[in-house]
Amino acid sequence: MESALEGVQVLDLSQEIAGPFCTKLLADYGADVIKVEPPHVGDVARHMGPFKDDDPSPEKSGLFLYLNTNKRSMTLNLETATGREILRRLVQRCDILVESYPPGYLDQLGIGYEELSRLNPRLVMTSITWFGQTGPYKDFKGTEIVLYAMGGEMYSTGIPEREPIKTALTASQFQAGAIAALATMGAFYLASMEGAGQYVEVSMMEALCGGIDRRAGTLIGYQYTGEITPRAGGMGVRGYPAGVYPCQDGYIEIVGGSAHWNRIVKMLGEPEFLKDPKWTSPGAQLDPQLYEEFMAFFIPWLMERTKREIWHIAQANHVICAPLNTPADVYDDPHFNARGFFVDVTHPVVGTFRMPGRPFIMSETPWQLRFPAPLLGQHTKEILEELGYSQEEMVILAQSGVI
Amino acid sequence: MGLPLQGVRVVDLTVVWAGPFGTMLLADLGAEVIRVENIHVWQTYTRGLMARPPKEVAANYQPWTLGFPQREPGRRPWNRAPLFNAHARNKRSCTIDLRHPKGKELFAKLVSISDVVYENNPPETMEKLGITYDYLRSIKPDIIYVQVPGYGATGAYRNFRALGVHLEGSVGHTLLRTYPDLDPSQTSAVYTGDYLAGAVGAFATILALYYRRRTGKGQHIDLAQAENAIAMLAQAYMDYALNGRIQSSLGNRDPVAVQGCYPCKEEGRDRWVVISIRDDQEWEAFRQALGDPDWAKDPKWADAISRRRHQDELDKHIASWTSQHTSYEVMRLLQAHGVPAGAVMDPKDCYEDPHLKERGFFHELYQEDCGTHLYPGFLWRYSRTPLQIWRAPVRLGEDNEYVYKELLGVSDEEYKELEAQEFLGMDYAPEVP
Repeated sequence: MESALEGVQVLDLSQEIAGPFCTKLLADYGADVIKVEPPHVGDVARHMGPFKDDDPSPEKSGLFLYLNTNKRSMTLNLETATGREILRRLVQRCDILVESYPPGYLDQLGIGYEELSRLNPRLVMTSITWFGQTGPYKDFKGTEIVLYAMGGEMYSTGIPEREPIKTALTASQFQAGAIAALATMGAFYLASMEGAGQYVEVSMMEALCGGIDRRAGTLIGYQYTGEITPRAGGMGVRGYPAGVYPCQDGYIEIVGGSAHWNRIVKMLGEPEFLKDPKWTSPGAQLDPQLYEEFMAFFIPWLMERTKREIWHIAQANHVICAPLNTPADVYDDPHFNARGFFVDVTHPVVGTFRMPGRPFIMSETPWQLRFPAPLLGQHTKEILEELGYSQEEMVILAQSGVI
Repeated sequence: MGLPLQGVRVVDLTVVWAGPFGTMLLADLGAEVIRVENIHVWQTYTRGLMARPPKEVAANYQPWTLGFPQREPGRRPWNRAPLFNAHARNKRSCTIDLRHPKGKELFAKLVSISDVVYENNPPETMEKLGITYDYLRSIKPDIIYVQVPGYGATGAYRNFRALGVHLEGSVGHTLLRTYPDLDPSQTSAVYTGDYLAGAVGAFATILALYYRRRTGKGQHIDLAQAENAIAMLAQAYMDYALNGRIQSSLGNRDPVAVQGCYPCKEEGRDRWVVISIRDDQEWEAFRQALGDPDWAKDPKWADAISRRRHQDELDKHIASWTSQHTSYEVMRLLQAHGVPAGAVMDPKDCYEDPHLKERGFFHELYQEDCGTHLYPGFLWRYSRTPLQIWRAPVRLGEDNEYVYKELLGVSDEEYKELEAQEFLGMDYAPEVP
């Protein structure tokens, strides 16, 4: 079957997480993505963990292996005039260029959007930075926590007695990467019709600030009420049950008291005491005494059951609920396995492993793992050959530190 | 200049957040997104928790979910909730009762002149209404049907109910983001999966549109929010895949950097700053920024390993310094020295922030039921075809006339009749809770 982006050429100058996730989405659906990496060191994500066997080799980073499936890698030193010339040749034949250098860096090298779009007017060029190309913070340094603090909903995440807390790992950079992929595809879709590309600017801070993970809501809520959403446990939907509760073998998250009380009652086997009309009187969900009375029954009920059992009983009654799982639980879960979510990969250095697969299924143009993440510079020769360089010339390029 | 998706019509059957965020992004790209809503059916968590909440209940809602303007539910509370208005710009809304044969007929007509049907309900909800890919295809052979259910269109959990926060739990995010020293129940809900489902769902839609333009073929997209969200946990999943290790939460700490969230001068509200010190160079810059205080000269802090081993102690020094300054002071000073730092920004900060101001991030919009307010803007920028907001958060049934009369060819007479039969309107029917 044909891939959705068959024949689309992408030049990927990005590093770390957001840019590579953007180009992974393109590569996994069929685009030919050439990852241009600095010689010797490569993408910084090669130096970020976790590593296979805790060996911090640039070919053993689990993060890198996840982010760079289906891409080809070439090394190229953009700080040499020859390296830039090779880049210009690559740009002439590509549809999309994605980069994540600090604002102004590529312009200084004479390979900014203005120059490159002159070489290729169809070019869609996407720049991903922490804070954007303009504005007082454009040169600020970013990290995941800085991004989430400034762009995301960190201040209201956590409990009031403690410091605000970030989301896990590098979730925000993945979100920004997905936005970059969408923005890039939008511009490419138009360019492929009109023959004219454009510059796509992604400020990760803004990608978060306009996002649905509560930030847009708190911003609008503040406009409407003048109130700042406090840092509070639970779901922001008051009542009971609503939140995370312990059970026999871990924790479950459950909600529904304030919206679907009758379903909760059914789930609990319709015990006599819950038949009292006081439970459905207005304000019952905000009554602390009723809360105590409910919990005195509910917690022991949970402690007699496993997180899986509770999940299934809840779902049978259309109660919104989920277990707090670990990745191990998900790897073993029959649902995700029946859907064929995980894929087996064989990598020349790391060997065979099972990794999370497609983000979505397309009936006509499926996701495919054509090949694993590339070794550093694995395809340099192949790509230079495509550009018409001879073997002798490649030796010169290597000797002069260009590749 | 036209936006990329100008001329693309999307029938929007989405609920709550994951779906509506995706269709908002398509609307930002220029698609005509038409929400199909039902004045006889209340979809909890989409336009609110109940259609007509009593004032005293509304007063207790958190600002970000149901903080109505001036805390008043107003005549049409369903048009006034931040929960909904956060993703409702640039869209149209019509009301059609899909359970009714007449409604189904009108829906079919709408589908026949559309390009995409986008929804995120449990699959059985759509199936009960007779809406399947085969059905849609029988009306419009090249339709693109985007399904974004919690756990996918197939498999044992296909009809499992979940809000974003539950998907975070079931794929492992919740356990990875707790305070490391506290019970996991001491956490608050996050919705990173809703965000990613929206962004990736909209991306998938454009892939399908691109393929359709080349081949004339539509297709079916099955995006399981749970599977899609796993990408964000790549490090934890890959650690398990490569090493069989189950990671636990680091809280605000980092595997490599000295990093944390530190208290600042209060200024009448809760104030915090985050700082990351990733290497020796940033440590030296940090010392300089602080004026090289005596405590920082201790050789204990001179190397990266030692800094991490004694981070609890280091954190106390950092916190005692940050608490003498405002969060913005700390951010500016450290950034000027090349140390990653950021104020933990609340909404007031965002609206007053010089960077967001200079970049023109916020947009002033007037919506009839809410008045005039500033709203967050675009998630990216285009140079040649700038994004635009042509419509404030859409009100229920706001485009009934346009959809019924202009698109579906319903006569003025019939429209009046349908209105009289309570078939369409701008108010939820009285029996709706």
